[in-house]
Amino acid sequence: MLSLKTLRVLLSLGATLLALAPAVGDEIRVTLDSAGNDELRVAVASNFAGAARALVQRFEESSGYHVLLAFGSTGKHYAQIRNGAPFDVFLAADAERPARLEQEGLAVAGSRFSYARGRVVLWSPREGFVDGEGAVLAKGAFRHLALPNPKLAPYGRAAEEVLSARGLLPSLRDRIVRGENIGQTYQFVMSGNAELGFVAYSQVRAPGRSAGGSLWEVPRELYTAIDQQALLLVDSEAGRAFLGFLRSDAARRIIEAFGYGSGDAPC
Amino acid sequence: MLNAADLSALSITLKLALLTTLILILIGTPLAWWLARTRVRFKPVIEAVVALPLILPPTVLGFYLLIALGPRGPIGRLMEALGGRPLAFTFAGLVIGSVSYSLPFVVQPLQGAFTAVGRRPLEVAATLGASPMDRFLTIAVPLARPGFLTAAVLGFAHTVGEFGVVLMIGGNIPGKTQVLSIAIYDHVETLEYAHAHTLAGGLLLLSFLLLLAVYTLNRRFRMV
Amino acid sequence: MAIEAHYVVRYDDFVLDAAFTAPSRGITAIFGPSGCGKTSLLRAIAGLERGSRGEFSIDGVVWQDATTFLAPHKRPLGYVFQEPSLFPHLSVRANLLYGYKRTPTASQRVSFDQAVELLRVAPLFGRYPSGLSGGERQRVAIARALLTSPRLLLMDEALAALDAQSKAEILPFLERLHGELEVPMLYVSHATDEVARLADHLLLLDGGKVRASGPVAEMVTRLDLPLAHSRDAEAIVSAKITGHDETYDLSHLEFAGGRFLVPRVGLALGQPVRLRVQARDVSLTRERQSGTSILNSFPAIVDDVAEESPSQVLVRLTLSGVPILSRITRLSAATLELEPGRELFVQVKSVAVLA
Repeated sequence: MLSLKTLRVLLSLGATLLALAPAVGDEIRVTLDSAGNDELRVAVASNFAGAARALVQRFEESSGYHVLLAFGSTGKHYAQIRNGAPFDVFLAADAERPARLEQEGLAVAGSRFSYARGRVVLWSPREGFVDGEGAVLAKGAFRHLALPNPKLAPYGRAAEEVLSARGLLPSLRDRIVRGENIGQTYQFVMSGNAELGFVAYSQVRAPGRSAGGSLWEVPRELYTAIDQQALLLVDSEAGRAFLGFLRSDAARRIIEAFGYGSGDAPC
Repeated sequence: MLNAADLSALSITLKLALLTTLILILIGTPLAWWLARTRVRFKPVIEAVVALPLILPPTVLGFYLLIALGPRGPIGRLMEALGGRPLAFTFAGLVIGSVSYSLPFVVQPLQGAFTAVGRRPLEVAATLGASPMDRFLTIAVPLARPGFLTAAVLGFAHTVGEFGVVLMIGGNIPGKTQVLSIAIYDHVETLEYAHAHTLAGGLLLLSFLLLLAVYTLNRRFRMV
Repeated sequence: MAIEAHYVVRYDDFVLDAAFTAPSRGITAIFGPSGCGKTSLLRAIAGLERGSRGEFSIDGVVWQDATTFLAPHKRPLGYVFQEPSLFPHLSVRANLLYGYKRTPTASQRVSFDQAVELLRVAPLFGRYPSGLSGGERQRVAIARALLTSPRLLLMDEALAALDAQSKAEILPFLERLHGELEVPMLYVSHATDEVARLADHLLLLDGGKVRASGPVAEMVTRLDLPLAHSRDAEAIVSAKITGHDETYDLSHLEFAGGRFLVPRVGLALGQPVRLRVQARDVSLTRERQSGTSILNSFPAIVDDVAEESPSQVLVRLTLSGVPILSRITRLSAATLELEPGRELFVQVKSVAVLA
């Protein structure tokens, strides 16, 4: 009896621990069985998933290299890379994490560059709900405004800056719901639980997948640029080739088509 | 060490876990009783539905709940028809999510306990003049007491540790829907590892002490 | 007044289809091989068999028929199950009070003290079922059932799970119950000694059907029924103590067909007793014998004869209407020219006296 009880305690504790530790174990979707030299493992910020797939398709066609994409939050990727995750290239959602990895000597020095610039939009699935000036924010005819957690997501930080610039942050504070990332924020809005929200342009106007509704493309001067940086973690022919491809015009066209400003180019 | 936001997350977590456990015991008991006794042919269907949250990843369950609670979802429409307010991003919404997610953790131990009681003691009680409700309360419930304890502990612990569902339907509003597990997650994501360790350690210690107290009490009860 | 029952219960591999009438007083034993439906019948009477269809009434009060189905907790019955079924979370006292408290005061005919005294369970009050012996548990279970003041007591092999010693401990309590309380009892058993000691009436079940029923003395001696053909076949004779012989230290036991002399038994004059007379202890003679050591000899009439084997026959005789069995060789039967109606004498070598 006693041992059964002990087991139960351990099980419940274990369940609690597991539930508490998603940041550590979640979303490692790398296939580890094919570790050939011409195979490139790339950790990609979730928001860039669509564009990354299109880029890889083009890259594989032209180079003959094989690329494995692992999507996840940049925070998790950062923690994983620090703890020895076998990635060759890191496409982050911000500039901070790649910079840190470079400082910490976990990347090829000097390989860091901006590959895309995020565009923030205020979006609602309802036609005509969001006007072209974002005046809907001041009118306040909504119950919930969704944005990504500013502490976690660059898009969230940008959204907060927009609200601050308009002086709306104090009045809207009670109506703000925060997604853990832009994907979740999009779901809040898409499901109608929040009437509108700040999301990435790439989420609502991707090629072949327009989410409809109405949007306000936030002017760039209202927020600090969302600089998404790339970094070579392990030096290799394939890795250099991929990063080189990312800077090419062909790649830039794809990136822009997916709703991003292209990286180091002036914008 | 703990700031105001942490303390508020802690209090919301405990409130949520207690309320969820209470509701689950209230609805789980008749459900488990029925499952333990019924001979209807579609019983496995109900059992499978009850067990589904065990299989669905929490964020997936949370996603469907978000859609269900939304203005176009069945629960959202019902709330609207009843003149109520939408439930997403509210504490009530969190309770609904936690109840759905922790349901099997409460129903299964109870069902097991009721099944273990068997028919005989209840038949004996019937021949001694006890009505069905009478024998349920005076025989089945006391004999299933260890099951109630397990169910309550699992329901509580599971709600405290819950993350995915709350993440999806809570909206992470500090002071309203931000629970401890999400606070910890945020600390981890923003590289505030020391803070995360403190909170996680505190949560583990608290849960451990709670479980220890419950099991010690149970032992003492049993010896009486 | 009587118990009248007819039940049909269908199981996957078995159908109980039993109709019977039994007196609503005394003990009716339900007897038969295992799997013959004894327990199912009892459960149906208690209302515990969901699928049962049928009728049941006792002294004209209907518990179940085409339009009535009294829920189990509304049937004024006591049920003692084969395995002790005390509530493990309640003390002995709380177990006893469980049914007592739920019996309306107006229909309480057995007082708490009466049942406690009858089954001597007072010393066990504070204890829990897990700390009791098998015999103690069953005594508490019987007392608990009695405390609902039942109109009918159902006993389902209540002693079968007990060892010989516990059994011997409880049987006297059941006999007291029989003597002191006027609660009719349906007593399921497959033990002939229990039936011989306790039953007034016997219901013989076989394959889910009632094969025969009647007074126990009649039933155990009927040659068309299996009881008479068991190795320990015996007759049960009701008698009364009418005197004691001080000189030779004997007791006189008078019955309808005469008077038995047996080594003295410590019972009061007038006390009714049951006698068990085994078929193998009864011999037959054409004339009354003199010059024999056998004391008990009575005139009898042959009622029925059945061959049991190429060498043995079983003879049923009546002594002024009291049936008795004799197991003799086929040769003896031929020599005596046994046939129904023949008058002769029985010699009884030994008798067991049941108080």
